[in-house]
Amino acid sequence: MSFIPGHPVTAVVQRIEIHKLRDGDNLILGFSIGGGIDQDPSQNPFSEDKTDKGIYVTRVSKGGPAEVAGLRMGDKIMQVNGWDMTMVTHDQARKKLTKKNEDVVRLLVTRKSLENAVRQSMMQH
Amino acid sequence: MVDFAFKCTVKEPQGSTFIVFLGLLKEGLLERVCFTLFFVFRDPHIQPFGRKASKIDSLRSKVELLKLPLTLSSKSISERKTRLGGATERSRGGAGAHKPRPPAPDMDNESQYSGYSYKSSHSRSSRKHRDRRDRHRSKSRDSSSRADKSVTIQAPGEPLLDAESTRGDDRDDNWGETTTVVTGTSEHSVSNEDLTRASKELEDSSPLECRRFAGPVLSGVLGLFALLTPLAFLLLPQLLWRDSLEPCGTPCEGLYVSLAFKLLVLLISSWALFLRPPRATLPRFFVFRCLLMALVFLFVASYWLFYGVRVLEPRERDYRGIVGYAVSLVDALLFIQYLALVLLEVRHLRPAFCLKVVRTTDGASRFYSVGHLSIQRAAVWVLDHYYTDFPVYNPALLNLPKSILSKKMSGFKVYSLGEENSTNNSTGQSRAMIAAAARRRDNSHNEYYYEEAEMDRRVRKRKARLVVAVEEAFTHIKRLQDDEAASSPKHPREVMDPREAAQAIFAPMARAMQKYLRTTRQQPYHSMESIIAHLQFCITHNMTPKAFLERYLAPGPTMQYQRENGSRGRQWTLVSEEPVTSALRQGLVFSLRRLDFALVVTVTPLPFLNLGEEFIDPKSHKFVMRLQSETSV
Repeated sequence: MSFIPGHPVTAVVQRIEIHKLRDGDNLILGFSIGGGIDQDPSQNPFSEDKTDKGIYVTRVSKGGPAEVAGLRMGDKIMQVNGWDMTMVTHDQARKKLTKKNEDVVRLLVTRKSLENAVRQSMMQH
Repeated sequence: MVDFAFKCTVKEPQGSTFIVFLGLLKEGLLERVCFTLFFVFRDPHIQPFGRKASKIDSLRSKVELLKLPLTLSSKSISERKTRLGGATERSRGGAGAHKPRPPAPDMDNESQYSGYSYKSSHSRSSRKHRDRRDRHRSKSRDSSSRADKSVTIQAPGEPLLDAESTRGDDRDDNWGETTTVVTGTSEHSVSNEDLTRASKELEDSSPLECRRFAGPVLSGVLGLFALLTPLAFLLLPQLLWRDSLEPCGTPCEGLYVSLAFKLLVLLISSWALFLRPPRATLPRFFVFRCLLMALVFLFVASYWLFYGVRVLEPRERDYRGIVGYAVSLVDALLFIQYLALVLLEVRHLRPAFCLKVVRTTDGASRFYSVGHLSIQRAAVWVLDHYYTDFPVYNPALLNLPKSILSKKMSGFKVYSLGEENSTNNSTGQSRAMIAAAARRRDNSHNEYYYEEAEMDRRVRKRKARLVVAVEEAFTHIKRLQDDEAASSPKHPREVMDPREAAQAIFAPMARAMQKYLRTTRQQPYHSMESIIAHLQFCITHNMTPKAFLERYLAPGPTMQYQRENGSRGRQWTLVSEEPVTSALRQGLVFSLRRLDFALVVTVTPLPFLNLGEEFIDPKSHKFVMRLQSETSV
């Protein structure tokens, strides 16, 4: 998950599909996000690189749709339904996730353990 | 106007018109004119300027200070004696040109004192107030009210003596035989005690006081002469050929008035700026003063010359021209005074150098900023500030306790068994010793640490006892208010004056005070009498016990300990490798030596400051919040 400005970001990602839960008038996904290009990246407890201004999952509510789909706390969201999440403001990210006419959001998330797992499997070969 | 009472033979003016003429001038000038005419013709012999400046011995002259700081423990006296004895022995054997300590009898045999002392004042016109005052106050005047200092110079490495004179006892012997101190001591063969006594007496003897004032008197005479010259220019035609003078009306009156006021301004400003008692006698000429005095003398002499040739001889009839001539002289004198003001007072005010002053015995140091001064003036400046800034020199506080140092004494002893080529071996041996000593486990730092901690603890304990005792003692008395006197029939209280009150409450605190002073080694500075006097002072001024104690809890500046009866000046020796009239510059080092210690002064220039400018628009101060929002989706 190294981030060099101007270069494409390469990461090992996992696809997660979350079905939104209808709760009255709201559609909730069951997790909280933090980060964004208008936020202070140095206070992000989950990021390795403290200048990383990406969107991170800060909390996953128990039993919610996100946990069921496999989202974990500390994941960095790279894409939401095809929209890029690495260079967005906090509010833009929130809007992309909470569109009212979408029931399903397909996320591309990355986390450290994914990379380690891939590396280990590569080493075994 | 300064009033002065003096006797003078007033020459009767010729006719009443004389008085009318002078009525326009200020009162009192009449007597002064007469006095000057009387005095000028009795002018003492003015000594030439640089009579003895070029002698080698001229590098030594003694300077005296009034107000002695108290460093008189018995140790310092004995040190002084041994040093004097050592100095004389060395001079007997020949000490060379750079004997660092000037024994007192040597100094007084030097004859260029009188040549130097007149320059100790500021050079300026109108010294007359000073010499009048000198005349009419007694010689033993209240000189304790000023602190005079004098500075002796000794230049260790004069270029006039070659390098050979610094080594070799045979060469030193020859040199030593020609100094007066050697002849003095070898003829009478006085002992060390006698020398000490003699030096003290010579310091206290009175002729030096006369020498100190000879300089200001001289410049006062010159100033007086310069100031009264315009009046003489005006008066002489009136006196001598009054009848043939052309009458001159209003323009002359205007000139009279302007002349009078310019003279008044000159007088007042000279009095304000230059008529101050000299605080130091400098070892060499004060260059600017001599320059100014020479300038004034030249001016006045040339004006008199022209006057004599153009006016007196042909009996010039144009009086207005004469008055204009006198006014131009006064203008020129005003400008010289401006020059004197700038050279003597203003130039050294703007800071240009930083002086670091370190006392050699205990390392107390200060930094000062001075302007452009010569070395001797800077020395006087430093000494001025030494007396008020530096804590008093206490010789008892210097050394490490013996118990710590003695451990270091027992080192390795190296014996050389019959080796002949000693040089290589000695260095090798010493190196071996040093290396071995370094390797040996040395615990003296440990002991020093504990000893210091113990000492601190002891001092603090005594201090606590002292503070408590003093506080308690102060509660025993209280100030009698006026309305309480009526309540005396019931409780007859004895009413005391401050002295008795001080004595009454001194008793309970005396022991604690004595122990504390002994622990901090201050007991030579404070006698019982002085403590009671200080207590009386504090009681009179309603001071708290803490204010009473501040004098004893911390060592004060040296001025605090000067004796009131010290009427002789303090003697300091200025040791410098450069001639002391040269200006300060970077890297100069000179030292001011007393008998027990010295002050080493290093000169560094103040850095040049490159000040830049940056404009910040007040509207450009904007801030944003650092956000850490977390949204749940």
